Amino acid sequence: MDKKKVVVVGGGIAGIQASLDLADRGYEVHVVEKSPSIGGHMAQLDKTFPTNDCSMCILSPKMISCADHENVVLHTYSELDGVDGAFPDFKVRIREKARFIDTSRCTACGDCIAKCPVKVTSEFEEGLSNRKAVYIPFPQAVPRKATIDKDHCRMITQKKCGVCKKACQAEAVDFDQEDSMVEIDASAVVLANGFDLMDATSMPEYGLGICKDVITSLQLERILSASGPTNGRLQRPSDEKEPRNLGFIQCVGSRDSNTRSYCSSVCCMYATKESILAREHAPEVDIAIFYMDMRATGKGFQEFVSRARDTYGVRYIRSRPAKIQPVNGDSGVLMNYETRGLAGESKTEEFDMLVLCPALVPSPDNVLLSQMLHVELDGEGFFETPDLAHPVDTTARGILVCGFASGPIDIPDSVSQASAVAARVAELIEGGEDS
Amino acid sequence: MIRIGVFICHCGHNIASAVDVEKVVEFAKTLPGVVHAGHNLYSCSQEGLSSIKKSIEENELNRVVVAACTPRTHEPLFRRACEQAGINKYLFEFVNIREHCSWIHSKEPEAATEKAKKLVAMGVAKAALLEPQEEGESKVIPRAVVIGAGISGLAATASLLGQGIETHLIEKSDRMGGLLKDVAIIGPEGTDSKSLIEAFMSDIRTSPKAHVHLNSRIKELKGFIGNFEVTIGNEAEDLKVEAGAIIVATGACELRPEGEYGLCEHPQVITQLELEKMLSKSELTAKNFVIINCAGSRQPGREYCSRICCNASLKNSLRILDLDPDASVTILHRDVMSCGTAAEALYMNASDKGVRFVRYSLEQPPQVRAEGDGLFVEVFDETLDEKIDLDADMVVLATPLVSPDDSVETSKLLKVPRDKYGFFLEAHVKLRPVEFATDGVFVCGSARWPVSARECIWQGQAAAAKASIPISEGKVRIEAITAEVNPDKCVACGNCVLACPYDAIEITDRDGIRAAEVNEAQCKGCGTCVAACHNDAIQQKGFSSRQLGAMIDALVRATTEGTQ
Repeated sequence: MDKKKVVVVGGGIAGIQASLDLADRGYEVHVVEKSPSIGGHMAQLDKTFPTNDCSMCILSPKMISCADHENVVLHTYSELDGVDGAFPDFKVRIREKARFIDTSRCTACGDCIAKCPVKVTSEFEEGLSNRKAVYIPFPQAVPRKATIDKDHCRMITQKKCGVCKKACQAEAVDFDQEDSMVEIDASAVVLANGFDLMDATSMPEYGLGICKDVITSLQLERILSASGPTNGRLQRPSDEKEPRNLGFIQCVGSRDSNTRSYCSSVCCMYATKESILAREHAPEVDIAIFYMDMRATGKGFQEFVSRARDTYGVRYIRSRPAKIQPVNGDSGVLMNYETRGLAGESKTEEFDMLVLCPALVPSPDNVLLSQMLHVELDGEGFFETPDLAHPVDTTARGILVCGFASGPIDIPDSVSQASAVAARVAELIEGGEDS
Repeated sequence: MIRIGVFICHCGHNIASAVDVEKVVEFAKTLPGVVHAGHNLYSCSQEGLSSIKKSIEENELNRVVVAACTPRTHEPLFRRACEQAGINKYLFEFVNIREHCSWIHSKEPEAATEKAKKLVAMGVAKAALLEPQEEGESKVIPRAVVIGAGISGLAATASLLGQGIETHLIEKSDRMGGLLKDVAIIGPEGTDSKSLIEAFMSDIRTSPKAHVHLNSRIKELKGFIGNFEVTIGNEAEDLKVEAGAIIVATGACELRPEGEYGLCEHPQVITQLELEKMLSKSELTAKNFVIINCAGSRQPGREYCSRICCNASLKNSLRILDLDPDASVTILHRDVMSCGTAAEALYMNASDKGVRFVRYSLEQPPQVRAEGDGLFVEVFDETLDEKIDLDADMVVLATPLVSPDDSVETSKLLKVPRDKYGFFLEAHVKLRPVEFATDGVFVCGSARWPVSARECIWQGQAAAAKASIPISEGKVRIEAITAEVNPDKCVACGNCVLACPYDAIEITDRDGIRAAEVNEAQCKGCGTCVAACHNDAIQQKGFSSRQLGAMIDALVRATTEGTQ
């Protein structure tokens, strides 16, 4: 008998874990990932809280296991094009976008990348460095195949260039490649398409895009990463100097009734982690975290905060910034804030660098996916999971959700939800719940 | 002929920032048996793995040494690459030059490089003596045991049954439902607790594959993944059940800090769970409520945040105001931990409905005192920056969930670890949240860490998924690195039997010769028995005395003769 098939949308840690468990459970899993590599946001992180385990070191074996699994088919650089039918007979159309690279020939030697004259801001490095128009997003990418970005490739946009094709000895470059469609008869669909960072430039009061030395927490994650744009050297963007002090602003756009009213759940802890790491990279740097409530509710989290405060001297200040403005021309940031309490006072402090912890928001794809799959979104735009007895079930039968796609949660919770998805799929398919 | 390939990993900058990788490569080339030495930016990337596989073919390697990170996360990956290139995966040797060199000696690059060379020399010496091993296979009994019939255990059981897997559910008390039995409404969703539990229980009661054992406990556990033998006991009798997997869902209980904040001294001082009982009867016996959060948690000795208490306080405040709109509720807190969408909405809602929030600090905790018929709570309000005195006719302590006393016993019986607070310790806090390091034993719910009902349920389902994998597969592969007895040398003294922490060794009689015998499926390859044996009669495959001796010789040689 043919294996029953399951389509997993999203190849971050939630999608990878769901795929591995479903594949181990005997289902044929089709992972649909829109970017050129699986890995998701976890691949961008330097370390993970509260153990400071190297993120890529623990993720990379899972990425490879997923790609190597006999029951897993990866559709990277792909999107859902349409879904017909209902449980247990979904017809899922997957659009595999043209990479303009014959992946069966590409050896990831990098010759094309070296020759490509077009520089594009790197998404993986959060805009801190450039990639080429033909690129492999990061060294541990899975699959490790080049992709040509058709919006920036001169051959595609202007019909002139083609140096990559000349450079490629494997003859893998194919400018005539077109999107291809794959149709899967799936018994179930899993939504694991994660989150985005809120664009903090939409709130100019925080200074992102105005002051050079205001960055996002995900940018700092890349700066701290040994494989990142600064090779792990803590430096500020304006003059590449090591900052003497660093301020973190929590709840940027979250817990704010004007923008996102909810709590993103992970920012208190990653700011604590990034503080510890910043101190390890630059032992002299002074760090202040401006917060509303220090939400350290997981295993080992309070101890982690205590360690940051007591061992690493991180200053936790319960306050919101009143005003953020540039100083000294291009470098540094001047911040006004008030300390709490009636005895509180107005303070002005100069920071060499300010790190914003923006709200983590649902993927904009959720709207389209919800229409395509006939599942409801909650008031914030995450996939609704209304039945407490089945926390990973969406409003449509046979469509499950795990990870941040259903609301703010951290990595271990995403992983356990992903396993729960595998159980639910098995219950629905094996247990006769399909009647 | 031994043909060893050595691959040194940069791990980006993780190793290369302290260890001079190219020097280690050059040194490795001089070692006996080495026919190829190379380096990779990331050996674990697809590119790194394919270059190792290519080299195995091109250089006709029959032993592979990778000097990189930790076998805990990466050994399976490199073993598989060896297998894919056609050599037995037990001919692979892992050397850790990240944790053992570049990270710990990050400030001493020269010494780190020297140490890396010595470790590589040791790895190569051992690799030359490695032998191929065959993995056994063991059948999996298609049956699961779930310990604990709280909400996590119920969810796990219902999921296993839903997948068609026969399940024994063991509960120490006389009823299913755990802590939720006393809770009326589960927040922030406002779900009716009784109907939720009833739905799970009715799934279980109506399933022909379910066996519920109330008033029962685990008395003994033998065996290993796929083949456990669980002795379930109650007052009347013991029952032996064979199972392929076990799920620990033993939950947590509410701390009752007697004497603190007047608990047990004033009848109007109650715990959150007692308030839940009152609310489930929909009868309020008070008007002015003061709820003290972090009563007994986030303080020296019990430093952790119990995760669910803030949300319970918020939910119960709203419930009080639903029952009596004229009631007043004040929540004394240190931080409001309403993470996520629904919980934060609950916080906003409580704030809008007039619940008063007063922030206090660890240094100045609230003081409860009785005056006449009433209670007063004195607290230093951090926001007002002054002491306030609150009139209360009921004080509710939001105390943390703590590990039940009998978790020590469970931990010993199942040979699974606990953390310093007594909660069970999972295999990996980040990526293996519902697994124990012991294969075939899983954990979920508040037995692992205080969690909400919603989290308990999905963790129960997650544990059920993990348990279902070997059961649906029907067989498990058995790691070949196990202990092996030489019956000619064994005098059947039994030292190894006593030393083995996994009960994997017994003395058997084979054709009149009494000798120790290792159950390979049960053996974890820890080597304790090898150390305990006086007669050199036990060897551990892959870690024989000869192999370890060669490593020490190599270290001595590298130290005395230098590594240039």
